[in-house]
Amino acid sequence: MEHALDITLTVNGTRVRHRVEPREHLIDFLREKLGLTGSHVGCEHGVCGACTLRVDGQIVRGCLMLAVQANGCRVDTVEGLSDSKELARLQKAFHEKNALQCGFCTPGMLLAAQDLVLKNKKFTREEIRQHMSGNYCRCTGYQAIVDAIEEVVNG
Amino acid sequence: MAGKAAGKAAGAALKAPAFAYAKPASLAEALELLARPGAKVLAGGQSLIPSLNMRLSSPELLVDIGSIEQLKHIELKNGAIHIGALVTHASLETSETVRKHVPLLAQAVPHVAHAAIRNRGTLGGSLALADPAAEYPAVAVALEAVFEIAGKNSTRRVGAAEFFKGLFETDLKAGELLTAVEFPVAKPADKSVFLELARRNGDYAIVGLAAHNDRFVFLGAGDRPVQFSFRNNLEEAKANLEANLKPSADLYHTAATKLHLAGVLLERAWNTR
Repeated sequence: MEHALDITLTVNGTRVRHRVEPREHLIDFLREKLGLTGSHVGCEHGVCGACTLRVDGQIVRGCLMLAVQANGCRVDTVEGLSDSKELARLQKAFHEKNALQCGFCTPGMLLAAQDLVLKNKKFTREEIRQHMSGNYCRCTGYQAIVDAIEEVVNG
Repeated sequence: MAGKAAGKAAGAALKAPAFAYAKPASLAEALELLARPGAKVLAGGQSLIPSLNMRLSSPELLVDIGSIEQLKHIELKNGAIHIGALVTHASLETSETVRKHVPLLAQAVPHVAHAAIRNRGTLGGSLALADPAAEYPAVAVALEAVFEIAGKNSTRRVGAAEFFKGLFETDLKAGELLTAVEFPVAKPADKSVFLELARRNGDYAIVGLAAHNDRFVFLGAGDRPVQFSFRNNLEEAKANLEANLKPSADLYHTAATKLHLAGVLLERAWNTR
């Protein structure tokens, strides 16, 4: 821990202070230090989107950000956004439309989809697919995911 | 996955090597730090962090320039659009100034990665990395953009075509930082088209084309942006392209496929200009 630094950030509304090594990714910090294992670690090089988080209101890849870079930031994960019911409509639609099977990609899918919901306008299926293109699902074939998101953004 | 196997997989995961970290508050302080041996710039980190994770890069010190506010501007100055190196893809995408005055750049931005990456990745980071399949290098060459570079004791300006020296190689010297890019304001008669083919929306291009008037700059077709000037007719241009473009194969596409697709993009650009 020779290069360790102290960071303070707000995670799901709670202020936390920790000592981290610069090499520690934000996603690993959340999962291993804070026990927030809802966001998943997939490819660890920015391709799959399973680690999608919200930092200062914007979605980011948790594996492409260092924990030290989140110093002073507001971080929201699937746990916080579930508890606050912000994701409730999407979660219900994902459930009803069978938009998940193994569920590994789902937390990232929900965060990315909520980013569209917050834009508060209607989207075509093509636009939904374009926005969701950074999130891999290896089970569903995407149709059901687009169905679920379409229902919420256009519903 | 069983617990034991999962544990094993975690041990083999992609984690960055150890490095020191500094977050300077000013450009002067950043340049001071970058002069140290083993120092590397961290901008948005969307290409640097994967390369750290894969241990393709092992800096001793990361200099996080993220809080230097003077590198985050988009402004019209002396007939040119001046864009700070730290402006994110997402900010370029929503900038009215960029849409109006640098339409080729505005057309290219949606092709740059995915929403979550566009929120953090930066213009300067992408240009300084000089990935030959990236969008901005080709756009900068097509528009004859000028790069502003700062060192500890001096600043200098370099034309885009001279900036890109090869595969991930640029004119930047050790300790230097790309601070801003100047794009000429589009004239009403200018014709700009950006086209790209990728396996998945937002992935790196199989091949792409930034066309501005007579200048056609291909990406994903060589070790740096490959520039052509075509004036006469399409058939001549295509023959010229076939004779002179030498793309190399990637994991999924042969050189012949890429050359064919470059011709397809040339024809589309020609017909939409």
